[in-house]
Amino acid sequence: MIELSGVHKAFGDNRVLRGVDLVIPKGQSMVVIGGSGTGKSVLLKSVLGLVRPDLGTITLDGVDVTKGDRDAFLARFGMLFQGGALFDSLRVWENVAFRLLRGHQKRPKTEARAIAVEKLRRVGLKPEVADLYPAELSGGMQKRVGLARAIAAEPEIIFFDEPTTGLDPIMSGVINELIREIVVEMGATAMTITHDMSSVRAIADRVAMLHQGVIQWTGPVSEMDATPDPYVQQFIHGRADGPIESVR
Amino acid sequence: MSIASPLAALGRPVLRALAAVGRVALFAGEAVSHLFRPPFYGREFLTALIQIGWLSLPVVGLTAIFTGGALALQIYAGGARFNAEAVVPQIVAIGMTRELGPVLGGLMVAARVASSIAAELGTMKVTEQIDALTTLSTNPMKYLAVPRILAATLAVPVLVAVGDSIGIAGGWLVAISRLDFNSAGYLKNTLDFLQFWDIGSGLVKGAVFGFLVALMGCYMGMTSGRGAQGVGAATKAAVVAASVLILASNYLLTEVFFSA
Repeated sequence: MIELSGVHKAFGDNRVLRGVDLVIPKGQSMVVIGGSGTGKSVLLKSVLGLVRPDLGTITLDGVDVTKGDRDAFLARFGMLFQGGALFDSLRVWENVAFRLLRGHQKRPKTEARAIAVEKLRRVGLKPEVADLYPAELSGGMQKRVGLARAIAAEPEIIFFDEPTTGLDPIMSGVINELIREIVVEMGATAMTITHDMSSVRAIADRVAMLHQGVIQWTGPVSEMDATPDPYVQQFIHGRADGPIESVR
Repeated sequence: MSIASPLAALGRPVLRALAAVGRVALFAGEAVSHLFRPPFYGREFLTALIQIGWLSLPVVGLTAIFTGGALALQIYAGGARFNAEAVVPQIVAIGMTRELGPVLGGLMVAARVASSIAAELGTMKVTEQIDALTTLSTNPMKYLAVPRILAATLAVPVLVAVGDSIGIAGGWLVAISRLDFNSAGYLKNTLDFLQFWDIGSGLVKGAVFGFLVALMGCYMGMTSGRGAQGVGAATKAAVVAASVLILASNYLLTEVFFSA
């Protein structure tokens, strides 16, 4: 279980997070929604330690994430970045097997490659893709490779940062389905941040809405449409009128 | 306007500059501390060695040969004013090994390597590749900066040695073809005159310049601002900072090595 309590983060005068309280139960898929620039990525990066909160605590299974062995902590996570964040200088299979080629989880090269090819197959990519460089792939293929890399070491927790941004609706649907299948199949805890409502409905067990630096609403996805919360209603229906200012 | 306002206006940039120096020093300290702690990334080191050392050979060689040739012409013309044309071999040799070889070689490497490192790492930062490294349990300082800094520190002295040789050869070529020097005599004078420390001091300077070039490339790249503009600014800052540091440290090292 991941628990955030009173998390604050400011960049200069810009107070992005203003006391976030959120619980992500083990084995559940939590989707955090919210407008652009509301701090969703900062929230996710705070959990991973890529951004250091100014105040508040974040715990994983009751242990403060800033304490203890950092490598062991990160080994429990996989992450799909918004733009894929694939390493340009490495071949696709080396990207996927990156964690398996070095560090504590190091395997022989042939074994790491076999695992990479298997993970690529799992996300619908052919073995021939393994020897290409990221620049030779389309945006959708890069996202799939990023997904394969996120699951390569079979992590307990997977984070997805805007997984469908920049993809056409069909490819978005494919990625959403893949994420749902993989999360269920692996029994992983997942945290996704998005403003794509089709992703929310496809991926989420629970939804949390981040607005003005706090969690405005949280609940099961099945209750999202019925909630009377005006912020959630405005956001999920994409209305210009409502409590959320359209010009921010 | 209070009397403190001009002082504050003066103090702010000074404080900012001092803070920047402090950040670079901390970055350098962290990089050096990682040199001695595993894991070591041999493949990244070898790749950096090829990129920084081997691929810089043409530009350093061309710079050296033209510099050596021009130096021979200048010394001959200048020496003629007091009948000292014969010192061309000695002055070309000492000039190349002590000063021009390391400084011009360092500046050419700064232009070629600091810019390339800053642009590469800056792009990696803005495309979240550096964050991705961290989430994959890999320390970006260890994986990206340390191999490049180590490779540059080792490769630039070798480039300086090659540049010294080519520069002296450039001087020799001009001297025998344009200034009527005897080939064997020119080479004998050069070899008889040069001392070990003339060459050694240049190689030490090369190591320091290599360290500074890669350090500034890595620092500016890994702290790059957002977007194409941020990467562009980081690249420019890396080349400017590396060049100024090379010239400043060259003066300090010369003071240390040769002041009476």
